[in-house]
Parts: sequence; C-alpha cells; structure tokens
Amino acid sequence: MNSHPVIKTTLSERCIDVFLIVLSIGMVLPLIMLVANAFKTPEEILIWPPTLFPNDPILSNFEKVLSKTPLLIWIWNSICFAVLSTLSIVMTSAVAGYVLAKFKFFGFDFLFAIILATAIIPFEVYMIPLYFQAKSLGILNSLWGLLLGYLVMSFGIFLIRQNVIQSIPDEFLEAARIDGAGEFWVFFHIVIPLLRGPLAALAVLAFFQAWTAFAWPMVVNTSKDAYTIEVGLALFQTGFTVDLGLLSAASALVLIPSVTLFVFLRRNFVQGIASTGLKE
Amino acid sequence: MQRKKLIFAILALLPAMGIYFWVRLIPIGETLRLSLHQWNILSKNKPFVGLDNFRELFGDPLFLESLFNTTIIAFGVLLITIPSSLFIAYLVFQRTRSRFAGFYETTLFLPHVVSLVPAAMAWKWIFDARLGPLNAALGWFGIEPKAWLFDPVLSIFCIIFLCSWQMLGYAVLIYIIGFKNLPLSLLEAASLDGASKRQAFWYVSIPLLKPITLYVSVVTLVAGFNVYAQAFILASDSQGAPGRQVRTLVLDMLENSFRNYRVGYAASEAVVLMVIVLVLTLIQFRMLREKGKSL
Repeated sequence: MNSHPVIKTTLSERCIDVFLIVLSIGMVLPLIMLVANAFKTPEEILIWPPTLFPNDPILSNFEKVLSKTPLLIWIWNSICFAVLSTLSIVMTSAVAGYVLAKFKFFGFDFLFAIILATAIIPFEVYMIPLYFQAKSLGILNSLWGLLLGYLVMSFGIFLIRQNVIQSIPDEFLEAARIDGAGEFWVFFHIVIPLLRGPLAALAVLAFFQAWTAFAWPMVVNTSKDAYTIEVGLALFQTGFTVDLGLLSAASALVLIPSVTLFVFLRRNFVQGIASTGLKE
Repeated sequence: MQRKKLIFAILALLPAMGIYFWVRLIPIGETLRLSLHQWNILSKNKPFVGLDNFRELFGDPLFLESLFNTTIIAFGVLLITIPSSLFIAYLVFQRTRSRFAGFYETTLFLPHVVSLVPAAMAWKWIFDARLGPLNAALGWFGIEPKAWLFDPVLSIFCIIFLCSWQMLGYAVLIYIIGFKNLPLSLLEAASLDGASKRQAFWYVSIPLLKPITLYVSVVTLVAGFNVYAQAFILASDSQGAPGRQVRTLVLDMLENSFRNYRVGYAASEAVVLMVIVLVLTLIQFRMLREKGKSL
C-alpha cells in the first residue's frame, strides 16, 4: 500500500518521458528525412507516397552535387567567415566588456548605454547603408565584405561585462597592480583566464551566428564564387531544373558538420543562451 | 596609477569602440538620414524630401501587404511558441534528472541552431504538393491534398509553422532556466496550503514567470518582424514559379533597394521596422516596471 504513490509518480514520469521522446524525434524528423533523401535514387525520390528511408541507398547524389556546384568553395567561404567573425567578436567583446565593467571614467557609462540601446536594433535596419560602406571600400564579393557586418556583437560586450562584474572582484586586480603588474599583464594573465567559460560560450554563439547568416551575405556577396554556403544553397534551389536528390545531398553536407559541432558544444551554447538578458 | 589606467582604458577601448561606431552607429544614423531623402542609386543627387517617403509608403499596396503579412507571421509565431514552449519546458523541467534530459535539450534546441536554408528546404519538401509527406499523411485520413506553398493563405501558415519550429527550442530553453530560478519556498508554501500541482503551476509559477514570458515574447516578435530567409525559401517567386510570393517587410525593403534602386524609400521601410522593434521593447520594459510596482 505504501509503495502505491511511488509507482504512480514513476508512471506519470514515464508518460512524460514517452511524450518528450516522441516530440524530440518529431522536432528533428524533418532534418533526418532531408538527409535520408540525399541517399535516394532519382526514381525513388519521385515515389508517391514518399518513403521515409531509402530502399537502396546510393552516394551518387553527393558526387554529382560536388562536381556540379562549387559547394566546397562555399563551405570554405563560410568557414573562413565564421572563424574570423568569431575571433573579432571575442576580442572586441573581451576588451570592451572588461573596460566598461572595471574602469569608471567619464563617459564610459554613456558608451555602454549606447551599446545597450543599439543592441535591440535588428541588423536588417542598417544593412543597406552598411552595404554602401562595403561598396565604397571596394570589398563587395569578398571575405572582408562579409566580415564588415559581423565584426562586433552588442550582446557579446554585454555578456562579458556582466561576467566581469559578477566574477572578478576589484581587490583581485588591485592586488596584482600593487605587486607592480601593468594593465596589459592584468588583462591577459588574470582577466582572460577567469573569463574562459563565458568567452567560449560567446565564441560558439558567434560562430553559429555567422555560419547561419543569410540576408547580409546574400546582399554583399553576389558573385558565385564568393557565396557563403547558405546563400549558395538558397540560390541553387531556385534554379529551374533542380534535382531534389542533389539538393538534399548538398543540404546534408551542410547540416552534418554543424549538427555534430552543436552536439559537442551544446553545453557552451546553452550557457551562452542562458545569459541572454535574463539577469538585467 | 589612475593615469596608467586611463591610458590603458582608452588604448583598449579605442579599436573596439571604433569598429562599433563604424559598423553599427554610423549605418543606423545613415538609415535615419536616407529615409528623409530621395535617392535612386543611378542618380547623383539625393534631394531632401522630408517625410515624403513615409507618406508614399503608407499608400503603397506592396508595402502594406508586406507589413500585414509580417505582422500576421510575427503574432502567429508568438501564439504558437509561447504556450507550447511553456508546456514543454514544464515537462522537461519535471524530468531534469531523467537520463534523457540531455537528449531532450539537444533535439529540441537543434532546429534553432542548424543552418536555416537546409532546414527550410526540408520543410519545403514536406509541404510539397506533389511529393511531400504532409499530403501523403493527410491522405491516410482521407483529406484532399493541398497546394500548401502556392495558396496565399496556406503559405503564410507554412512560414509561421517553420518559424515556430525554429523558435520553440530557444523559448523552451529560456523557460527551463525560468523554472530553475523559481523560488522553491513559494511553491512549497503553495503545496502546504493545499494547492495541487496544477494550481501551483497556474497561480504561482506562471505569474512568477511573467518577466520570462515578456522577454521570450519580445524576442519572438522581433524575430518574426525580421522574417526573410524563411519566406525566400518557402514561398518566393524568383524561379518564376506560379506561386504567389509571400512578401515580408525585409524582402520588400531589399527589393526596393536592390531591384528598384530606391534606396531612400527602402531606408524609410527600415525605419518603420526599427520603430516597431523599439515600441515592442518599450512595451516590455513598461510592463516589467508595472510588475515591479505591484510587488
């Protein structure tokens, strides 16, 4: 008789688990089906009703799409873009976040207020003037043009500043200064190591932000060899005679690395998201 | 030492803030300035026209259609995302010690982080009238196949659905953090007072989660008002398909700027977008403050 309530709770918990497992699979099912399509023969892809998994998996879709489109160049462009953007965002955020948190000089609070106020303005609002800046610099259709839009992240500065305030006590820095450490030494040897966690989280966010960017790369890089993978794929699919198998193979090639990366870096990612504006 | 500090602060801050001004503040200012000018890329003059662009905008059927579609999409995503993510987050929170917890977190959040174009293409196939599994599945229930992406009303639903699918994981994650931060003492007090789990959820958790709900709502709405890639992939007419394009604000803006070369006019659309976002954010702050007063 005593065990009754225990069984009841585990039963309801089990029901929740079943529901959540079904839901979780449902959430990723479209992606799984897309990858499955990549392995279907051209005949099978036209079968009605559609099959969930290929009866007779083939690899020729991958071979064809790699020979027909500059997919690898697009992927390379995206990787360079994402890596450089991440570096720039991490560096600017670390420096600006630290200085705005720990140095109380005239006007710094005002600067931070400006950053906060502009943080909410979406990229799309100032994309057009930024395009003309890129144009006048002559960096359209290049990596630098892509980067121009993704050199800084307001949220990154905010995130680092919050972390510095919460986790690095002033006494810590003062002690080092009294021991004769210079400001640069303090920054590189005390502040940066203490910020390793939030900086890693920010790096993951920045990388995925650039990797999945769409509107800006589409506007700024319009020659085929300068596309990022997102833009290349999107324009590839609007062609007249697109073979669904090829399209799925190209998509799978883009999805698999980013999904793998996400599964490994999930902790960092969640940490980054968790600190979004929730501690205001 | 103070002088050394000042020199360091300025040296360190200068490059970062320089970039910030150069790629954020100046373009934002430019958007505002251009919106008051008439500028065709092909002509050299940019005459100042005051609010003419805005006057024209609110008589422009294409812009009004875009604004209407975008508003429907943004609020549609909100209506789906908030209740479902709250419910799912509650369930996941109940099972934080389950051995599947990591699996839930990964799979629910995955749609939010994967590249948008491949994900949208998966959905394009699912919605496809001739080959898509959606019509096949509906067929089992005897429902006639529908041209999901070609019908002007249905295609908006498809876009709402795609955006909600992407937003859900993010909202769930934020809500889970909210549940974790709830003061246990209040929930315990409620159960001591004889409240059932359901009552505690409705009368204790939900009111306490109001700031989170506000935050998620604003993020969702802002993302919704910026919808572009989803509409571009699912329902664009760029391949000359018979389907009607679902125009969104950003799409209309980019077309005015880069296809019709009307940069000033496009900038005024950007200003409208900015005003919408600012108003939403102000409402959020306003409501948070009101809550603060009542406590």
